[in-house]
Amino acid sequence: MTTDVRPMFDTDELVINMGPQHPSTHGVLRVVLRLDGERVVGSDVVIGYLHRGIEKLCESRDWTQIVLLTDRMDYVAAATNNIGYCQTVEKLMSIEVPRRARYVRTIMAELQRIASHCLWLGTHAMDIGAMTVFLYAFRERELILDLFEEYCGARLTYNSMRIGGLPLDLPPGWDRKVLGFCDVMEQKLVEYEELLTNNRIWLERTKGIGVIPAEEAVAIGLSGPPLRGSGVQRDIRKDEPYAAYDEMRFEVPIGKACDTYDRYLVRLEEFRQSVRIIRQAVEGLPEGPIVGKVPRLIKPPAGETYHAIESPKGELGYFIAADGKSTAPYRFRVRPPSFCNLQALPRLIQGHLVADVVALIGSIDVVLGEVDR
Amino acid sequence: MGEWLLFYAFSLVAILASALVIGQRNPMYSVLLLVASFGASAGLYVQLDAPFVAVTQIIVYAGAVMVLFLYVVMLLNQPREDASEWDRTHPLRRPGLARLGAILAALLVVELGWALVRSGTLGAFTGDTSSLASVRTIGQVMFSDYVFAFEATSVLILAALVGGVYLAHREGSR
Amino acid sequence: MMVDQVVIPALKILIVLNAVLVGVTFMVLLERKVIAWTQARLGPMRVGPYGVLQPIADVVKLMTKEDITPVKADRWVFSVAPLIALIPALIVFAVIPFGPEVSLFGRQVALYITDLNVGLLYVVSVASIGVYGIILAGWASNSKFPLLASLRASAQLISYEVAVTMTLVSMIVSAGTLSMVGIVNAQESQQVWYLFVQPLAFFIFFVGGLAETNRAPFDMPEAEQELTGGFHTEYSGMRFALFFLAEYANMIVVSAVATTLFLGGWLRPFPNVAALSFLDLVPAWCWFLAKTFVFLYIFLWVRATLPRYRYDQLMRLGWKVLIPLAIANVVVSGLVKVLL
Repeated sequence: MTTDVRPMFDTDELVINMGPQHPSTHGVLRVVLRLDGERVVGSDVVIGYLHRGIEKLCESRDWTQIVLLTDRMDYVAAATNNIGYCQTVEKLMSIEVPRRARYVRTIMAELQRIASHCLWLGTHAMDIGAMTVFLYAFRERELILDLFEEYCGARLTYNSMRIGGLPLDLPPGWDRKVLGFCDVMEQKLVEYEELLTNNRIWLERTKGIGVIPAEEAVAIGLSGPPLRGSGVQRDIRKDEPYAAYDEMRFEVPIGKACDTYDRYLVRLEEFRQSVRIIRQAVEGLPEGPIVGKVPRLIKPPAGETYHAIESPKGELGYFIAADGKSTAPYRFRVRPPSFCNLQALPRLIQGHLVADVVALIGSIDVVLGEVDR
Repeated sequence: MGEWLLFYAFSLVAILASALVIGQRNPMYSVLLLVASFGASAGLYVQLDAPFVAVTQIIVYAGAVMVLFLYVVMLLNQPREDASEWDRTHPLRRPGLARLGAILAALLVVELGWALVRSGTLGAFTGDTSSLASVRTIGQVMFSDYVFAFEATSVLILAALVGGVYLAHREGSR
Repeated sequence: MMVDQVVIPALKILIVLNAVLVGVTFMVLLERKVIAWTQARLGPMRVGPYGVLQPIADVVKLMTKEDITPVKADRWVFSVAPLIALIPALIVFAVIPFGPEVSLFGRQVALYITDLNVGLLYVVSVASIGVYGIILAGWASNSKFPLLASLRASAQLISYEVAVTMTLVSMIVSAGTLSMVGIVNAQESQQVWYLFVQPLAFFIFFVGGLAETNRAPFDMPEAEQELTGGFHTEYSGMRFALFFLAEYANMIVVSAVATTLFLGGWLRPFPNVAALSFLDLVPAWCWFLAKTFVFLYIFLWVRATLPRYRYDQLMRLGWKVLIPLAIANVVVSGLVKVLL
């Protein structure tokens, strides 16, 4: 007789492959789940299915062409990527951006934040089974896309910024349309909240799911709404203001419970704050030039810099090194918020059920174009 | 005429399915055949003018018990590739136990034969046939004449349930 | 003799079966339309005016699609499973009373196929067979997501069946009969819809019905966001269509049974108010269909509105809330029946 106590049956962990083709991994994310029953006991996040080598590609394009490539990273918030890149180069070259351009950039960034959050809200709710919210959110996102289309002609990849300012001035009447949109958005937010915020099922599905305490969130390197959902007051718009954020009045919402529900509440409040910022920016929009003093040939002096902005997903940072000789960056590196936030996924889904995995992927709000680049 | 045909059809299905149950390598098929057999015997009950028994048979056996069987079979590992090896090393294949099995099988055959012989002498059921059909009568009989057996069974099942939960809990040790 | 025993039942079966199948295809259209309207969309608009011919196009598409059987699937079980799912959903209609006896061409014809004296139990037993289709489909696909889905499905169906069956027991206590026709007649003679006598039973039945038909918010077995489509992930073409048919037929079954049990079946609204007797001008079966339709609409409405429960929460709701409530309801109805 052996003394070791063996279970009556052999039990195997079930390994399932969630993705890269799966409706709820928001693109081509692949999560290899090891399951005990439906409980996740281990997971591997596999990325790289959308890798296009954008960073390397940037090192062989000249500075103005790169704007176009940044569109293809976080493709649901292309304008934000443009702004981040242009600001980094401006910092490198010490170009002063006119006030009007900074205001317009603020409006664009916030519109983009709303559009990105709309997409997040829709897919997140859809993952949890509330399919109507998905279409409601897309209805409002469509209005933003229309605004962008009117401004720059594109609906997804805008290429809407230039180093030193804007490619073109606002179309006449555009500002009034933006204000009209703000009114619509505020009404529709109430609609979303009616469907979800106090819904018993929604509460059960999101409260206490994927709790990540503040210290751990910081240690993992979360940023943006997932970090603020854990109660850390960190928003680059407030802490290191760029564009016209230093002239705007807004609050940075934070969560308490550190769970999926609080991350949801944080983002919903960000909708409101974005609307508030857009209102202020449109109403106080100064007249003046839209492009600063930019040399004909953009060729930053030798040096390197890191500049981060608050993208809808978190801290979007660009590290750019210029050698001062060529018309392309010597080294181009992006700190994408989705990539860094995605690190938390294995930690978040540990011990939860398969159904929570999709809720948590949605709760981090990743865009694979940005993760893989 | 039609009734006889149905009777033989149901009987044939019931017997064939039951016989095939033990011949399957894949336990999944065994479970399904057993379900078919239950269905056929439910058909026989209907012919005996006992729809309540037939329906209960389906609900309890086909609808609940066999679903649980299926559940277990699905969760257990598939039969191994080297089935012959597994067969030889199985504890039930040890010489003493095998003989025991043979004795049990022989006993079963004898028993069945005896029952068949005796069935001729039992004669037809002479009671009130309508009592079989009426749910009311069945309920009354169950809760008056057989109340002790009924309650005892329920306690037995409860004990099994508690035992099952206890075992599962210890295995999980979480 | 021949006409009464063979021709009329055969005709009835034919009519009901066809009505159900056509109803199901249009149910799909209705679902798409209702949900589209809820979601500020138009829904199908291309085939026929306002897309009314969409079901026909759907059927043609499904029938002409390639029927794929995965290599590693268990061929036999794989092809039988859709049938096992569909057939129970259809044969339940044998006991659904669409209307009372009416005289048609000088002949008394009952507007139901048959009236079993254990009709309600028959419904339960047939419904309990339907789960095999789902379990076997998941198992036979030999694929992990469908397997998970079918495990969920079997656990879900078994648990909710207990609650639903318990509510039926309290209905039997109220009506004193197991026959579907008898239950409607009992509501007629007691002059009240059982919805008002047994509101709790109605609630439990409806929630359980949502769960048993795998409809939102209990559609875990086919939660496409988690399990990429659930137990029928590996199915295509007509076999997939059979699962679809089964799901919608089951919705109709649950609605029809709920109508019979709680909304007085073919009775007009407020059977106790004599002043409304002009409503009797509408044929009885129309009332039945209208009430069933209301239920179906609620099914769609719920689906468009609510997020999905998680599997363990669903089980908790079933075992810790609905089943105790249902048992308490049986005890209370029994006491009321005995004491009053």
